[in-house]
Amino acid sequence: MATYQNIFTQVQVRGPLETGVGLPAGDWTREGKGSYSKLAGKIGNAQIGPIYLGATGLASIMTGALAIMIMGFNMLAQVNWNPIQFVRQLFWLSLDPPSPKYGLGIPPLAEGGWYFIAGFFLTLSILLWWVRTYRRAIALGLGTHVAWAFAAAIWLYLVLGFFRPLLMGSWSEAVPFGIFPHLDWTAAFSIRYGNLFYNPFHMLSIAFLYGSVLLFAMHAATILSVGRYGGEREIEQITDRGTASERAALFWRWTMGFNATMESIHRWAWWFAVLCPIVGGIGILLTGTVVDNWYLWAVKHGVAPQYPTALPPLPDPALSQ
Amino acid sequence: MNFNTLVASGLGLVALTALALTFERPPVLTEQTGYRGLSIGKVANKRQVEALLAAQTVPEPQPKAEAGGKKASEAYQNVKVLGDLTENEFNRVMAAITEWVAPDQGCAYCHGDSGNFAEDKLYTKTVARRMLQMTRHINQDWSKHVGETGVTCYTCHRGNPVPKNIWFTNPGAPQAGGNAALRHGQNAPAPGVGYTSLPSDPFSTYLNGEEPIRVVAQTALPEGHISSTQATEGIYGLMIHQSQALGVNCTFCHNARNFSSWDQSTPQRTTAWHGQRMLRDLNKAYLDPLQSTYPENRLGETGDAPKANCTTCHQGVNKPLAGVSMLKDYPELAKQP
Repeated sequence: MATYQNIFTQVQVRGPLETGVGLPAGDWTREGKGSYSKLAGKIGNAQIGPIYLGATGLASIMTGALAIMIMGFNMLAQVNWNPIQFVRQLFWLSLDPPSPKYGLGIPPLAEGGWYFIAGFFLTLSILLWWVRTYRRAIALGLGTHVAWAFAAAIWLYLVLGFFRPLLMGSWSEAVPFGIFPHLDWTAAFSIRYGNLFYNPFHMLSIAFLYGSVLLFAMHAATILSVGRYGGEREIEQITDRGTASERAALFWRWTMGFNATMESIHRWAWWFAVLCPIVGGIGILLTGTVVDNWYLWAVKHGVAPQYPTALPPLPDPALSQ
Repeated sequence: MNFNTLVASGLGLVALTALALTFERPPVLTEQTGYRGLSIGKVANKRQVEALLAAQTVPEPQPKAEAGGKKASEAYQNVKVLGDLTENEFNRVMAAITEWVAPDQGCAYCHGDSGNFAEDKLYTKTVARRMLQMTRHINQDWSKHVGETGVTCYTCHRGNPVPKNIWFTNPGAPQAGGNAALRHGQNAPAPGVGYTSLPSDPFSTYLNGEEPIRVVAQTALPEGHISSTQATEGIYGLMIHQSQALGVNCTFCHNARNFSSWDQSTPQRTTAWHGQRMLRDLNKAYLDPLQSTYPENRLGETGDAPKANCTTCHQGVNKPLAGVSMLKDYPELAKQP
């Protein structure tokens, strides 16, 4: 059997580095010649690089670095330029959106202005990186599936930080740039709108998220289990179905009556993955704009059942004041 | 040791450290207090609860005062609050206060060394007098929160001249200022809000201010209810404080599927609601105005007076002093002034 690289291969092959196919006219050249990494070889291909940077890649890294720098230096200023406190409090620190009093107006730098600038460059960086994934796929003669899957995630990002705040008429509704702060924001957001779990698009998003995990586990397990018959060479198996493919298909037909094919399983996986942020984004976009309390919405539409209370409930005390 | 073993043991060590620092040792018990399946109840670590309850010790009541005798206002000079007591009752309460508040310092902590107990030279006496009025006010007018159990000086003081769990306006850590983004009093590991990144001083906003403590819409569709996610974060911080102060989970009061609905909440939520209003009243009417009475070393960073929050009395248990009523031995502290 040919020597090939997967996680169970103990032998790492060393030879001339793979330079890749020729690039179309007008493209930049690839950076460097590449090198071997023993550690990388243990989890994937041992060859690192050469990398294609290109104009969009370079611009994306620069605007992204600028966004991260703006966030980082504002956080450093928040701890009075103390590097030790910066490290200790890093998970708590945040660059926050403006307060509700500014609505859709432009706040001063200290009260949300930097948030806009950082957000602008971060968004630019992400969009440029999207263009890069799209153009690199074309240059290699591939389909643009990666770019469109990435676009699904960008949709959710833009809903959270741009479309929804715009519809709500307040930039204060955007998500803070901070590690714990964005998690606290998420919890507060759900509570404010009467429990996001009753949002049907949130339900769908969770179904696709966990569904993706399940599909990923099933697919990975199937391919690893037929690895002994060369099953991990999926592309060959698609065009020239061998015993690995036959056995994998038979396993699922035996256990659940139906099997995806070597090709269709990847369409299943792709759609489950992209639908997670797509429907999630729809759910966020409707929150506050179309529905103000998802729990009450669910009661209204017969989704949320009523349960008896263990102790007789008391009325809202504010009403008897 | 080869490379693989080194990497594996390194990762294992990191995982074990994270595990040890993140979790508390089991068993953790759940006490169900709501309808089955709703997760309404208390989740507590038995060892921690036992240690906490063991710490809730109550001093023996002072020997009963002999009946009869002159009114305190006639027997002593300058008695402004407890004048309606008899001389014996008055002395008994004074002895109790000394034991509860200044056991080491004694009478002199408020009355000074001059031997003249009537003089008002020390700020401690002025504050103590106001605190007596506050105690009576709580027991008289806030039974919706303190019930028949009531409060005494000991509920907060526990043998300390200054109660251990007080709060001051939190100005936040120093920051560079200028055009750099402000922290807005949040995004710092603040103990008052359980080391979350939530606004670290919900007390000034909600327990000494009138900021509304409700944000959730009461209609399914938007009907003009304006309340931001940022305002929700502030209240979230206050709720974390309440939860910590009482040693309970959210579900002690709320049905977590819809925090705002009263018809699915436990009766404890109503008690807590009155507690919030009580604290606003006490901080505004009694504690904050004493600012000019205190010497500088008793004031906070921004020069404000010490104030009360849930922890001041509760100190980690949902019924202060494990629900023991000291008031029944000191009915004088519940009298109408």
